[in-house]
Amino acid sequence: MNVKKLAVLGLGAVAALSTLPMSSALAQNEQFVPMLVYRTGPYAPNGIPFANGFRDYMKLVNARDGGVGGVAIVTEECETQYNTQIGVECYEKLKGKGPTGATVFNPLSTGITYQLIPKSAVDKIPILSMGYGQTAAADGRVFPYTFNFPTTYWSQASAFVKYIGDKEGGMDKLKGKKIALVYHNSAYGKEPIPTLETLRAKYGYDLQLLAVDHPGQEQKSTWLQIRRYRPDWVIMWGWGVMNQVAVKEAAAINFPMDRFIGVWWSGSENDVIPAGDGAKGYLAGTFHAPGHGFPVHADLLKHIYSGNEAEAKANNWGEVLYNRGVVNAMYVIEALRAAQAIHGAKPLTGEQVRDGLEALDLTADRLKALGMDGFVSPLKVSCLDHETMGPVRIQQWDGEKWSFVSEWIEPMRDVVRPQVEEAAAAYAKENGITPRTCG
Amino acid sequence: MEMLRALTYGPLVEMWEYPIFLAEVALNGLLTGVMYSLVALGFVLIFKASGVFNFAQGVMVLFSALSLVGLMEHGVPVWAALVLTVVIMVVLAMVIERVMLRPLVNQDPIILFMSTIGLTFFLEGFGETIWGSNVKRLDVGIPDAPLDIGGVLVSTFDLWAAAIGATMVVVLAIFFQKTPIGRALRAVADDHQAALSVGIPLRTIWVVVWSVAGMVALVAGIMWGSKSGVQFSLSLIALKALPVLILGGFTSVPGAIIGGLIIGVGEKVAEVYWGPAVGGAIENWFAYVLALLFLLFRPQGLFGERIIERV
Repeated sequence: MNVKKLAVLGLGAVAALSTLPMSSALAQNEQFVPMLVYRTGPYAPNGIPFANGFRDYMKLVNARDGGVGGVAIVTEECETQYNTQIGVECYEKLKGKGPTGATVFNPLSTGITYQLIPKSAVDKIPILSMGYGQTAAADGRVFPYTFNFPTTYWSQASAFVKYIGDKEGGMDKLKGKKIALVYHNSAYGKEPIPTLETLRAKYGYDLQLLAVDHPGQEQKSTWLQIRRYRPDWVIMWGWGVMNQVAVKEAAAINFPMDRFIGVWWSGSENDVIPAGDGAKGYLAGTFHAPGHGFPVHADLLKHIYSGNEAEAKANNWGEVLYNRGVVNAMYVIEALRAAQAIHGAKPLTGEQVRDGLEALDLTADRLKALGMDGFVSPLKVSCLDHETMGPVRIQQWDGEKWSFVSEWIEPMRDVVRPQVEEAAAAYAKENGITPRTCG
Repeated sequence: MEMLRALTYGPLVEMWEYPIFLAEVALNGLLTGVMYSLVALGFVLIFKASGVFNFAQGVMVLFSALSLVGLMEHGVPVWAALVLTVVIMVVLAMVIERVMLRPLVNQDPIILFMSTIGLTFFLEGFGETIWGSNVKRLDVGIPDAPLDIGGVLVSTFDLWAAAIGATMVVVLAIFFQKTPIGRALRAVADDHQAALSVGIPLRTIWVVVWSVAGMVALVAGIMWGSKSGVQFSLSLIALKALPVLILGGFTSVPGAIIGGLIIGVGEKVAEVYWGPAVGGAIENWFAYVLALLFLLFRPQGLFGERIIERV
């Protein structure tokens, strides 16, 4: 080896060594946000746009704002295939990553959420099951590390009944009306039943429950029963292929689509496009706006896709589930910001981020600053209320796009909150949990 | 008492009182049964010719439908996309014969079965890699308006599906009974060694039978994909074909049809009339119970070949 080669090697080694402390310092100033995603498997069509929205917003925060309080956001995806067992493995794999461990887990599955709730309380890593998971977790006294804001299935079910009452000309007109619930035969699908049963007793409508087994590719008998029952309204708690088939079958029996309302997991483009024109008029609940007409979308287009709209659309930009991923990521970022206001602008532990989640106060002004004015509704989380019982809007498919057809509908807090507290107390008793006191 | 009524004679009374609705349930059951038969046929063809239970048949349904809709999304006209998809399925059959079946000649059936599980995972990943994971709308022009026949509502799409299914069975029957290749297929199915001894090329036969199974998968994929959109879940439709196979027998084309019709009507009647008494969602497992009941009396299935072994 000649002198020249030795010199080059020596310089290379010095250069490499000199970067070590720098990269180590950089790594120390990172906040690790794990991403449980499902980009493969039967539910991938829903998992991909959501994961893309979440990923893009995290990248936007780094690219546009330089992170949160100068702390860079680092993400890592773990593929769950929407499988509970794999989801738990992902949690175990990712919970210790980053200089301070995982910030907050977004399980993206009610099944995974149920499994992670006890673990997260031990590991002191918060879980944000945004609009899904265990509804009772809205009671922060029993579930200090689980959050399900902005609103839950029970709140949504009560908002649906309010919407139906409004369309029928008043809540008193619900008496004698027939409502059918077509639901995924799983813990998720059964979530609205207690609320709908309670409201049936209160308002006097008739309720028929129709379970559809996974995956829900064949629903002829369900819709034959609807033909026989002749309901005034059909509510659906579906998921995956069940949604597409239900919309198609409803059209096949000439059921009026503007009297068919899906849960917010039954209201994406994927759920209506296969049915073609038959899906026109179909309704679905939501807690955020559809489309890409908000300033945050312009920012995403500019910073993530360099203005290339075709590329952005190829990554689901502006689709319903993409937007939901963006909303989820925004909640995480704003919780981090709130946590930094309490504990300082540095990488934070899960326990510290939990404080931020409980202090989260998204005002209308703050949403406007984020470019999301009208995109989601303001909310304020507290130690006592991890749900906030946020309002729900109804959107309608016109054959090409989703549009709002209602104002924000406030859930029936007087009905839902006592149910939440009762269920949380039962959970606490069953699991030997002493509820904490919220000041 | 109310529960007992709902579980026993209550539904029978309802059937008697509302015969038109019963006719609607039965007709929809029959039409759904044809759709099950379409999937079951693919299994039967391969099992009949090679004794292999093709675990990948469900994924072949998905793969063929993905290929068709993928080509159509790239601007290929429907007829050309259909032809190209058939070509893709034939090429796939040739590759399967060369890479999977030929090296495993004379291996136990369980080894071949395991290889089809591998094929399932490969085709799932390969299909998604090439055509993506989004739900794709498939519209090949089959009308889908509801039709009221004397108070009985049926979907015109389902009627078309039944007609296409029936045509396919007739074509397959002619193919098996009247053509030299069909006769060769039956010879191979009856006895591999004897067929080889009279000069029937086993490899060619395998390619032919996997190609035909691929085309049957394409027809099933079009029918099911038009209903639900083309997506990963399409591969799970194979689960609906299993009770049909158990009931109809793994080696009988008419068995797949009759089995499908019995399962279709049986599960719909059970779900609509007895389901509500037990919370619903009974049709999936009821289909298997029905199939197992038949097995008690005919272990080889309704039309399966009776196995006689000399000892």
